[in-house]
Amino acid sequence: MTANACIELAHGGGGRLSQQLLQELVLPGLGSSPGVLHDAALLPPHAGPLAFTTDSFVVRPLVFPGGDIGRLAVLGSVNDLAMAGARPLALNLGLILEEGLPIATLQQVLGSIRDSAAACGVAIHTGDTKVVERGKGDGLYINTSAIGQLQPGLEIHPGRVQPGDAVLVSGDLGRHGLAILAARAELGLETALASDLAPLLEPVQALLAAGLQLHCLRDLTRGGLAAAIEEIARAANCQIELEEEAIPLHPAVEGACRLLGLDPLSLANEGRMVVLLPTPQAEAALAQLRRFQPEARWIGTVTAPLAGAPPLKQLHPVSLRGALGVLRPLELSRGDQLPRIC
Amino acid sequence: MTGAQDLLRAIHASCRHPWTLMEVCGGQTHALLRHGIDQLLPPQLTLIHGPGCPVCVTASEHIDQAIALAQQADVILCTYGDMLRVPGSDGRDLLGVRALGGAVRVVYAPLDVLAIAQAHPRQRVVFLAVGFETTAPATALLALGALQLELHNLELLVGHVRVPPVLDHLLANPACRVQAVLAAGHVCAVMGDAQYRHLVAQHRRPIVITGFSPVELLQGILAAIRQLEAGCWELENAYPQAVQPSGNPGSRALLERVFEPATAPWRGLGVIPGGGYRLRPPFDQLAPAPTAGTGQTGAPARDPCRAGAVLQGLITPRQCPHFGGRCTPDHPLGAPMVSSEGACAAYQRYGKR
Repeated sequence: MTANACIELAHGGGGRLSQQLLQELVLPGLGSSPGVLHDAALLPPHAGPLAFTTDSFVVRPLVFPGGDIGRLAVLGSVNDLAMAGARPLALNLGLILEEGLPIATLQQVLGSIRDSAAACGVAIHTGDTKVVERGKGDGLYINTSAIGQLQPGLEIHPGRVQPGDAVLVSGDLGRHGLAILAARAELGLETALASDLAPLLEPVQALLAAGLQLHCLRDLTRGGLAAAIEEIARAANCQIELEEEAIPLHPAVEGACRLLGLDPLSLANEGRMVVLLPTPQAEAALAQLRRFQPEARWIGTVTAPLAGAPPLKQLHPVSLRGALGVLRPLELSRGDQLPRIC
Repeated sequence: MTGAQDLLRAIHASCRHPWTLMEVCGGQTHALLRHGIDQLLPPQLTLIHGPGCPVCVTASEHIDQAIALAQQADVILCTYGDMLRVPGSDGRDLLGVRALGGAVRVVYAPLDVLAIAQAHPRQRVVFLAVGFETTAPATALLALGALQLELHNLELLVGHVRVPPVLDHLLANPACRVQAVLAAGHVCAVMGDAQYRHLVAQHRRPIVITGFSPVELLQGILAAIRQLEAGCWELENAYPQAVQPSGNPGSRALLERVFEPATAPWRGLGVIPGGGYRLRPPFDQLAPAPTAGTGQTGAPARDPCRAGAVLQGLITPRQCPHFGGRCTPDHPLGAPMVSSEGACAAYQRYGKR
């Protein structure tokens, strides 16, 4: 298609090179047969409730220990569907390529997209490709949207959270954030740890199959546990107490956070979720989660409604109980965790 | 933590009178609040948070100069991440300079700056070096490396400060309520205890070299209370696992070779005789030339931040009229609200009343 082994502006120009990119690279890379393409994909009629989600992926570097942007883009949207209890029916793929992106990198990412989608039992139904000038993108940005089906009557959202619910995490925290920091190689940080990037579809289906009443699920992405649990507490209008000692951290994550002054609860994850459900069902849920991740833990409880709570609680609805038994408010990071000095 | 519970019981049993202690290091302040130790101590015990936050006490002159340098097209400004959000004298910070296109790099280890200077031979690579005696040896290694490798594009903007002179300054103030000092274990691990013996004798107040974990902090507090209740004042090492009386001779020799003590400005506290380090010859050739528009010219704008009073323990962060109102972690008026070791940030983060 071109003698140069990289993306050129003409690949996005709508001419012959655009055709070749699609027919010779993207479609075969995704495992689809080249054929007649139309402006819109047609989906079969479907009875029952649907879930719909979208997410954009701008990770740097594009390939990191434990995954790449392609796998991240598929699992990100499929995991978002799973948080509503849904199974994916159709996926969309938007690619924004930067001039100069090596074709080999694009092929590797397309292969990851193909494999990850297949593993989740979903196909790419529609998509789009654009090319931006060199310097206007980080190599490759991806947007995915997904449509999913869920069982009638299933209601999994923060509005169902109530005092007395248990808070579980599906595995140890912070591996993705740390792996990305290390992969950027700007900090001289070395770790053997890989990203926790993983599909959450199966663990959620296992919880549902066990007949558990899931009140709320939330995948822990950027912002980590801290952002997710605070958002749930506010949306549910409830106070939540977490036991700091119970929160599972890999020793390498704990050590690096201590060294660099990072908050492990604010580090990104890509294959972990919190589960809120009635306390009597917590042990049964943990047993299911541990089939996938032995580090799954019961880390806290929804204690009381937020209405009528003192002003400090209104400001910080989530509290952490430390090793000495003292409660302190959980504070969100500003969004840019800067390493400390000594 | 059974050890911690035993120590807490011993502290409650020993503490019969009201006492005021100062923990010097911001890392200790954060650990005390993070673990809620302040809530578990006897009510008659008051903890005052000392000036040991390196980011907080870095003079605004240095930050202004770093900002002016980072705006120059041929400069790469390197520093520790905490410094990026510290406002200079006009409220601007390095993060803002970076957002507008300035080359500002975060480093963890000063020696990383050598590689940056080698990779960008046509750029001036400036390291804003801040911190106490704990971080100064690493800057000294960088200075040695720069001269050995004959890197003519590497410059050191030195804002390093020394702890004993500022303690001397604080304890000599008649308004100072501090009756015993928990000295910062990491600084003593480098420098040893000789300077602190001198301070104990001069100010007739106990100084206890203290670590940073809950158990180490409680050990330091217990030792200080026992001395106060017994009416004595001594230098006591409650952190012997890390601190030798002679400190770390290698690091001290390195400091001696590259730096000399100098009178230096501390943000919020004023100019402290002997309170900082400057580069000795021949390392002083690494100092950047003064930048136009910064430095001593003109009176500084009136600073609304009460950091000086907080850093001396004269007020708690909550007694500052701006705390939590005009001044928050997202819109800091001063460094103690920015730094991960700042007392105001700790009060905000851990919701201390």
